[in-house]
Amino acid sequence: MSTWTAGLIILIVKLAVVLVVLLLLAAYLVYAERRLLARLQIRLGPNRAGPWGLLQPLADIIKLLTKEDTVPAGADRPIFLLAPAVVAGTALLIFAVVPFGAGWQWQGRPIPGVISDLNVGLLYVFALSSLGVYGVALGGWASNSKYSLLGGIRGAAQMISYELALGLSLAPVVMAAGSFSLVDIVQAQANYPFLLTQPLSFLLFLISGMAEIKRIPFDIPEAENELVAGYHTEYSGMRFGLYFLGEYVTMVVLGGLVAVFFLGGWRGPWLPPLVWFFVKVGAMVLVMIWIRAALPRLRYDQLMMFCWKFLIPLALLNIMAVGGLLLWARA
Amino acid sequence: MNQQRGNFLQVFFRAVTGLVDSFAIVLLHLFRRPITEEYPEFKRVLPARARARIILTRDPEGEERCVACFLCSAVCPVSCISMVAAEREDGRRWAPWFRINFARCIYCGLCEEACPTLAIQLTPHFEFCEYDILTLVAEKEDLLVDHGGKNREYNFYRHAGVAMVGAKGTHASEAPPVDLKSNMP
Repeated sequence: MSTWTAGLIILIVKLAVVLVVLLLLAAYLVYAERRLLARLQIRLGPNRAGPWGLLQPLADIIKLLTKEDTVPAGADRPIFLLAPAVVAGTALLIFAVVPFGAGWQWQGRPIPGVISDLNVGLLYVFALSSLGVYGVALGGWASNSKYSLLGGIRGAAQMISYELALGLSLAPVVMAAGSFSLVDIVQAQANYPFLLTQPLSFLLFLISGMAEIKRIPFDIPEAENELVAGYHTEYSGMRFGLYFLGEYVTMVVLGGLVAVFFLGGWRGPWLPPLVWFFVKVGAMVLVMIWIRAALPRLRYDQLMMFCWKFLIPLALLNIMAVGGLLLWARA
Repeated sequence: MNQQRGNFLQVFFRAVTGLVDSFAIVLLHLFRRPITEEYPEFKRVLPARARARIILTRDPEGEERCVACFLCSAVCPVSCISMVAAEREDGRRWAPWFRINFARCIYCGLCEEACPTLAIQLTPHFEFCEYDILTLVAEKEDLLVDHGGKNREYNFYRHAGVAMVGAKGTHASEAPPVDLKSNMP
């Protein structure tokens, strides 16, 4: 009984720590992106709130919480109110299967470096990222606004298409690791990260992942020059904040997934595992900000064509090639 | 998809160099000084004709230039200027009160263009935010300055004269007044 209680307490404490760290990361990622993007565009970025603008996320949160929460006339009220939570919730839930450390010992009890080591972790990731589409599509539809609707439709089409490429790009990783569990995939990279053996899978995953989280150059669901703000045009206050939060949490999660699948997760020399994990996530996030500064937005037809006519065939070829190589290596 | 000219390799090379260029230039910007001017600490000197707070100027003799002709008030697209007209004993027109509601003013400068006596002028001074919107209503004593603004020499009455001498229609090159009650040519 006491061991069961101790396990429960450890689990709850771990959940709380991970949640707080993830939310803080997302909040400061907004700041980091604004500062870095500004410097990449020869601007200064937010530097007023606190030293170097470090309190800017706090100011943003206070602003969002105290703003009026408007619901447009004719909106489908329950769906409109719930949709932002879907985006933020699924984004946070994906992180449950991402291993972030080698595990620790506390009073003789092992504390795994992951919240939940699902044996179908990868499928869980895909399931939740598919569910995230609902937040975008329903939010856009329930707003009773043509811009939101267009953004929602675009978002749904884009995310469903790129989900295929995302899944196919990871099949070689699963074949090489021999497991769907993210912990096992990290274990399989004990000698070398999969980036070295599967650079094509890495590129495919990064590109379709960027499309999945709707970042430039794939941000057509929110395309502010065409659609005001896309699916979250009509949202205000903390509901808009939830969409925003979800977006940046998925950015961290995508960084974590890339680290787990291709960069060896928390593995690395000299530094402790947790630090290595954050270094890899940070590097991926910086690359995403760099891409945002460098690339323009794709057109809708280009986006779809790129996925269906280029990424998916390439991913299928990649699976066959890696599968053949693996069979040849075993034989 | 519009096909670009050249064989596949050329197109591929052009696409890749285009991407790499854009990434490299953006990265180089990271090491450049930001060109941002930080406003409250650094205040750029605005051009003399920048349009912001409105003033009422005086002629070189120190008299008010405004003749209360209502042209500024009439041309104002947001109707933020109001005044009342009066005449002094010597026949000179003036505005006993003159009011500009800066909460409504859009700083378009049409009043300045309409003014026949260069009385109403816009200045580059734009920093006069207030928490209470009513404090933005400026009365004549707030608007009046003791200089001539952009043209210190101009004096309207030196060209026009203050009061009319003699009856209407009796001056040089002046037609007799039209009889409004008659439609005969």
